[in-house]
Amino acid sequence: MDTQAWTYILVGGTFFLYIIIAIFSRASSTNEFYVAGGGVHPILNGMATAADWMSAASFLSMAGLIAFMGYSGGQYLMGWTGGYVLLALLLAPYLRKFGKYTIPDFIGERYYSKNARLVALICVLFVSFTYVVGQMKGVGVAFARFLDVPFDTGVLIGIGIVFFYAVLGGMKGITYTQVAQFCVLIFAFTVPAIFISLQMTGNPIPQFGFGSKTNEGVYLLEKLNQLTLDLGFDKYTSVNKDNMVNMFFITAALMFGTAGLPHVIVRFFTVPKVKDARVSAGWALLFIAILYTSAPAVAAFARINIISTFSNTPIENLPSWFKKWENTGLLSVDDKNEDGVVQYVASEELNELSIDRDIIVLANPEIANLPPWVIGLVVAGGLAAALSTAAGLLLVISTSISHDLLKNYLKPDITEKGELWAARISIAVAVIASGIAGMNPPGFVAQVVALAFGLAASSFFPAIILGIFDKRMNREGAISGMIIGILFTTAYIIFFTPKLGGIGTPEGFWFGISPEGIGTLGMLFNFITAILVSRMTDSPPIKIQELIENIRIPRN
Amino acid sequence: MKINKKKYWKQNLKYLAILLSIWFLVSFLCGIIFADYLNQFMLGGFPLGFWFANQGAIYFFVILIFIYVFLMNRLDKKYKVDEV
Repeated sequence: MDTQAWTYILVGGTFFLYIIIAIFSRASSTNEFYVAGGGVHPILNGMATAADWMSAASFLSMAGLIAFMGYSGGQYLMGWTGGYVLLALLLAPYLRKFGKYTIPDFIGERYYSKNARLVALICVLFVSFTYVVGQMKGVGVAFARFLDVPFDTGVLIGIGIVFFYAVLGGMKGITYTQVAQFCVLIFAFTVPAIFISLQMTGNPIPQFGFGSKTNEGVYLLEKLNQLTLDLGFDKYTSVNKDNMVNMFFITAALMFGTAGLPHVIVRFFTVPKVKDARVSAGWALLFIAILYTSAPAVAAFARINIISTFSNTPIENLPSWFKKWENTGLLSVDDKNEDGVVQYVASEELNELSIDRDIIVLANPEIANLPPWVIGLVVAGGLAAALSTAAGLLLVISTSISHDLLKNYLKPDITEKGELWAARISIAVAVIASGIAGMNPPGFVAQVVALAFGLAASSFFPAIILGIFDKRMNREGAISGMIIGILFTTAYIIFFTPKLGGIGTPEGFWFGISPEGIGTLGMLFNFITAILVSRMTDSPPIKIQELIENIRIPRN
Repeated sequence: MKINKKKYWKQNLKYLAILLSIWFLVSFLCGIIFADYLNQFMLGGFPLGFWFANQGAIYFFVILIFIYVFLMNRLDKKYKVDEV
């Protein structure tokens, strides 16, 4: 069987599985719809959280990015995992004890203010919506490239599947499909990694193969350092000292942003006990770490393979997969000096190979000559990653509308049944809206995602932490902190992002911090403002102080 | 009871301070600030600073959470605030 047939079988098979699971896990109450009845086993919740968290970007783009960044790629690896330590230690157990459905619930009650709830609600909607559009785009790309379906039809198929299980099952349906999607995506990511690790180093575990010797008897990383150095690049493992402050800030912004992302936090409302919320974060990170520790190995293997495939190879001898990817425009060779041989070097004038980072994971099985079913598997894995993240985000959007906006703001007397219907209708609308936006994505999706992390770090994270750990924190402090954090971060990102209409240039960066990392500074401003303002205004009411005492202790 | 709760919370904060210091050490210090210095040492085939940034910090993160779970479960039992 060829690649195409395998891809159809594996994608079709996994989609069928998701639908079967959805039918068996319908939601019948708002509690089931919002938080899966609060009865999800911590290990299963860990898997669902991992699938929720690992998006099309983690699965498809990250290894490719790292392959060309080397050491500096660590900012994504540490940034997108370290946030779970913060979640487990500082947020999850207390929010579980608090025991409601959403972040705006917590902010609204803890700061005894409808306006605080509204500010949080607007941020949740913005963060989640920008994120979900990127996922829908990923679904469309995967379909278009591998199943010969037009991009828009691909997005439509994706919407159809998510629509079915999200509207029917709410959080319950989403949770159990995410468990299945985690299994698909982790299998799809590790199988090619194991094959390639075996080929290059004889060690089947990519995390160890990465630090072993190649068949030629030198350490793989030493070989890669030599190759990159010879071609005029920086050594693969060497530290870029001019970028240290920026890397520090980006890593921190990604960590604090992760810990503040609504679709991740809400997962810890679905387990039965405080104890489960703690351990569930551990399982989630363990499952995420399987992919995140394989990715840098895949990156290093791919970089070596690319150099040995292209560097100084006569153009007529390039492998057949090159032609296929050349047609997509994502990979090209331009024989500038007309010697009929590819020069792949650091110098821009002499370099003749251009390669899009996003194709590394997808092309990797072909680059390494793996059997066709592996390629089909990778496509199914990429789709699982995109769909699971999209579903989690869509649920957050619908909960915000039906629960935070409708039930708690506009129409508090709505019945349980009415609220459930409102939740279903709003998730249906959200699915369709995000699909339409995914078909016409603004060209700056990537930049907007940086904004999503920056906002999560600079708005929710301090408000929640202070809400738990600072009994003196009051409404005035929290709201002014959030507003300062959001305004500063948004203004900085827009000013320094030309695609968003900004006029700033990298020379103007404060302390060399790029927009990706500015959320960290926004967060610090939020903390400082909140503490100063709260100390100059009245203490929160006694009732609120008792609420804080209560969430700090698992049982009383 | 009130005093007990205070003691429980204090002990919790102490655990958090220790665990978060390790969190900061393995990522921001070993993985970024001192990575260049650590790169002169090798861990198998890995320059050490590179290993922290690309592998090691993540392993530490996972271990830290499970240690926290262990410590807190023990603390909950000691102060009889564990859920049944």
